[in-house]
Amino acid sequence: MKIVIINYGAGNIQSIKFAIQRLGYEAVLSHDEEEIRNADKVIFPGVGEASSAMEMLKATGLDKVIPTLKQPVLGICLGMQLMCRYCEEGDTKGLGIFDCDVLKFDATEKVPQIGWNQIENLKSAIFEGINEKEYMYLVHSYYVSLNNEAIATTQYGITYASALQEKNFYGVQFHPEKSSKAGAKILENFLKLEVQY
Amino acid sequence: MLTKRIIPCLDIKNGRTVKGVNFVDLRDAGDPVELAEIYANEGADELVFLDITATEQRRKTLAELVMHVAEKVNIPFTVGGGISSVEDVEILLNSGADKVSINSSAVKNPQLINDLAAKFGSQCVVVAIDAKQINGEWMVHLVGGKVPTDIKLFDWAKEVEQRGAGEILFTSMDHDGTKNGFANKALAYLSELVNIPIIASGGAGNMQHFTDTFIEGKADAALAASVFHFKEIEIIDLKNELKRNNIPVRL
Repeated sequence: MKIVIINYGAGNIQSIKFAIQRLGYEAVLSHDEEEIRNADKVIFPGVGEASSAMEMLKATGLDKVIPTLKQPVLGICLGMQLMCRYCEEGDTKGLGIFDCDVLKFDATEKVPQIGWNQIENLKSAIFEGINEKEYMYLVHSYYVSLNNEAIATTQYGITYASALQEKNFYGVQFHPEKSSKAGAKILENFLKLEVQY
Repeated sequence: MLTKRIIPCLDIKNGRTVKGVNFVDLRDAGDPVELAEIYANEGADELVFLDITATEQRRKTLAELVMHVAEKVNIPFTVGGGISSVEDVEILLNSGADKVSINSSAVKNPQLINDLAAKFGSQCVVVAIDAKQINGEWMVHLVGGKVPTDIKLFDWAKEVEQRGAGEILFTSMDHDGTKNGFANKALAYLSELVNIPIIASGGAGNMQHFTDTFIEGKADAALAASVFHFKEIEIIDLKNELKRNNIPVRL
């Protein structure tokens, strides 16, 4: 199986590569269009600020490539947020794969949310074997509001979408690569997806 | 529900784990990667590695250690100690660290906080503040608490938040090493003052101290070293005890 982690300069790529290694697979870091198109699974990471990450994505031309991919794609954290229509952070236009916007948390809770929180209302093959209310590690100041692409929800002052799916595109707000055994299981489920879209 | 975090801290010197009692006497407590894996398996929510190496090779040694930790450990970790530039941080994050912690360098050059937040995002910028009370006033100290400044703790905490810190790691030098409990009054005040998470550090001696710092101190996370390194407290026991006290924890 060929796994590509999109390398566009934003994100904790090593951690994802190592997490995949711990599952017994190897992942390639790449920003090459052909290599990405030929992969069986694509991971789209992201850490940092939305507008500058989007600029880096545009600089590599990958903003045009990602929405047209046909294999399973997993956006993680900011990766997921950039797959949405719009991010309030930096007034950033997203890739529009998910039909929803990314908004800033109200200051009723501490921002950023940092730590382990529960995911529930799980609705996807990537959550096979994962218990409702399992804990995942999250670090973020912006969230996706509930919508019909949500495949997991989390509560932090409000209830928001902590995972999304639209056809072959998956997004998780949490960091499966940093979420202990349960996170590893979700990553493994994604890598083992055999569905046709 | 977001849980309260338990964070073992590993002091690192030349790639080995040490623990400073009041930051002066050091005792060897093992291989950092192995220890980190053990803590991750035992239910630690995060780890902090504090590098106190003073040699010229420190940057390279630390980056290598970070890479080894990232390879083995499946929970988030923060690296601190001697970080003074955007370039330092870039190396550590690229090696697999999730967050970095800056302390004296932020006091000397507060703009560093803004620069790091702009380049890497607030979520990976932890500002560590060491303070102790002088004539009833909490004052910021540098160099592991040895050098006093004329900066007030609460003013500095507010400033680091405004400059883009994602989290504050507050160590009370009056409590560190005493095992008499955390500085809960100051912690509670801090927690109300700023709207970013506060990690309590300094003074953990028993399980009740953790309960107290989460309830009275309103801390979001609690950090400790020797009580974990010397097995005085098992993380799983601690979390069960916290749960009995209705404190949300990941079990």
